[in-house]
Amino acid sequence: MNDIWDLLPGLADKLAAHVVLSASAIGLAMLIALPMAVWAGRSPLVSRLALSLASLVQTIPALALLALFFPLLLSLRAVFGEGLPTLGFLPALMALTLYALLPILRNAVTAQANLDEGVLEAADGVGMTKWQKLVLVEAPLSAPFIMAGIRTASVWTIGAATLATTIGQPSLGDPIFAGLQTQNWALVLAGCFASAGLALAADNLLWIIEVGLARRSHRMTWGGIAVVALGILAALWAQGGGPEERRIIIASKSFSEQYILAQLIGARLEAAGYEVDYRDGLGSAVVHSAVASSSIDISVDYTGTVWTNYLKRSDNPGREAMYTTIRDWEARTSGVKVLGRLGFENAYAFAMRADRAKALGVTSLADLTGKAGELTVGGDPEFFERPEWIAVRNAYGLRFGKSRNFAPTFMYNALQSGEADVISAYTSDGRIAADKLVVLADPEGALPSYDAMLMLSPRIAGDKGVIAALQPLIGAISVEAMREANLAVDREDAQKRTPRQAAEELAKKAGL
Amino acid sequence: METPAPLLRFDGVICRFGEVTAVGTEVGGVSCDIAAGSFVALVGASGSGKSTLLKTVNTLVHPSEGRVLFGGEDVSTLKPARLRRRVGYVFQGIGLFPHFSVAENIAIGPRLAGEKLPPERIAELLALVELDPAFAKRMPDELSGGQRQRVGVARALAGGPELLIMDEPFGALDPVTRDALGRKVRELHERLRLTTVMVTHDMAEALLLADRVLVMDRGALVADESPRALLAGAGGTVAQRLASVPREQAERLAAMEREG
Repeated sequence: MNDIWDLLPGLADKLAAHVVLSASAIGLAMLIALPMAVWAGRSPLVSRLALSLASLVQTIPALALLALFFPLLLSLRAVFGEGLPTLGFLPALMALTLYALLPILRNAVTAQANLDEGVLEAADGVGMTKWQKLVLVEAPLSAPFIMAGIRTASVWTIGAATLATTIGQPSLGDPIFAGLQTQNWALVLAGCFASAGLALAADNLLWIIEVGLARRSHRMTWGGIAVVALGILAALWAQGGGPEERRIIIASKSFSEQYILAQLIGARLEAAGYEVDYRDGLGSAVVHSAVASSSIDISVDYTGTVWTNYLKRSDNPGREAMYTTIRDWEARTSGVKVLGRLGFENAYAFAMRADRAKALGVTSLADLTGKAGELTVGGDPEFFERPEWIAVRNAYGLRFGKSRNFAPTFMYNALQSGEADVISAYTSDGRIAADKLVVLADPEGALPSYDAMLMLSPRIAGDKGVIAALQPLIGAISVEAMREANLAVDREDAQKRTPRQAAEELAKKAGL
Repeated sequence: METPAPLLRFDGVICRFGEVTAVGTEVGGVSCDIAAGSFVALVGASGSGKSTLLKTVNTLVHPSEGRVLFGGEDVSTLKPARLRRRVGYVFQGIGLFPHFSVAENIAIGPRLAGEKLPPERIAELLALVELDPAFAKRMPDELSGGQRQRVGVARALAGGPELLIMDEPFGALDPVTRDALGRKVRELHERLRLTTVMVTHDMAEALLLADRVLVMDRGALVADESPRALLAGAGGTVAQRLASVPREQAERLAAMEREG
């Protein structure tokens, strides 16, 4: 518990970003939903359309909604030019605003529909214009119900804003995602406490405003509004004067190796006098397009990933040919500079517990062919959709009894606890050695190679200083060194390291 | 003797809502003059079109055909806000604004016209409907039904209207309150020299308060008589069916008294 209290002060800037993002989304949602509700109150068709649309948005998982704005904004660059941000604040704001619409809209429409008929007739009878009727009668009488909707929207939005991390917007999701991937539970809990605390505080403040409106107490209403405004202003102030000069942004996908390499790259650039920023825990699908569009500047990607996902190839021409093809393809199509290979592979490999493999007499994928029916295979969330899996399945005729998805860090636990018999492991993962796992041979060569490549965005592709700072990393990291660093971050005992510490040790080991 | 120009004139008024014709018939619309100073009751069964016809006066309903003249001017050419200040409106739903105090409710019409009613005027209006000046600060939900409708009447009178139109004004009140408030309105009608049109389905109320009774049936005006003439059997079948109810009730009550 003490760890959590120590971590909380360090989250102040994430909290400020979280407050600014959530408040902007709710504010924007109010600006859209309230006039729409007035319109809906005058037209049943608009009412039905607006409410079904808002409900439809709610059925999309928040994580997917956030990710969908990336390609959408990317395609909108054709209209608004290259300056349109595709990651970070803008897409997060848009997705969260859509999410906040429904409760505000629904409560505002319901409040209007439930206004006393007699009161509305009296408003006409005393000679109010439509506008006077709205301002003097409908708005004040609906206000407490609308406020209740805004409260609901605020709690949802503050919760969903933690997911903004996946599209590169700093938020209280940063410690949660980073902590989940590196099994740093104190960090996860600190992030959760902070966002839950924020949601509770917002809910109570807005409740005071709601009660103030219902009891027509100006003191409660304006007092509540003043405290909310102060909180938002403080967050804006804490965020500082906004972006001055653009820093070099280093991306990492959501697993330990990526966090470590991002820190390693960042440390080298800082030593060379550059200012850097990290976008940790990005969705795997987002990273490649984000580098290509210079939304981020540096990423580490893997040959096999690019080969299948972006070149859409399913053949396997061998390790070297694959790399040179990708390097030329990137230069030709996206303008991304592939600086080189770091020296290790993080390929998919199938792993089993040693005792289980021995009992079943399995040493290679070919041995599984007849036995898979009684076994459970575990994979990361995208694995069973990937062409590698389809290639392996077809090459060895594998029909597993059950297949289950696990977050990468939990796959190994699942293997230990027997919830999975075979998992799709990664060759650079430290836990293969630590858990004494058996990696099954691939005699048919169905799995492609996964050399780690250093990718530079078109924006910095020609920056000689950056290239000079990063060139020594090429070919410098062996798979053993990477495994050791990954294990140091993933382990749960006293030798557990943060990604930054692991990156320092890795740099020393690599002689940098 | 020369007849004064009517304050209110319905001239061939027909009101249609889609397929339904609420006021008027195939033969033609409703035409009728109402003289300044008269107290007219508009009586009919539910759905006879009496409320709809009344609402054409303050343009809450717009006639599909024909026109309504108020002081010689077509009401559709007058600004609604100004027209509604000159026409006090009291209706069954009362419709006091729950977020306004009694004083604010009474003062709303003048306020919309940019005029602020002084507290003395509020007290005066409250006195007219026999409410203590202390009521000014209360909120509507602190009042009884009868008190609320008294405030409703005071609100209708606040702008100093020439015409008072009332749509089932006492419909939701208990019989004792109803009788007291009816008498009060009649008294105010005399005192303030108002012209009053009251819609009601209760013929007894119409006969006791009005000096002229119009009877409507399925959109048409079927009788236009004084209360005395109606009691004497004039006005045709629909009017007599309505008038027979209170007459027979009165006779039965009188008989009970004799036997008792």
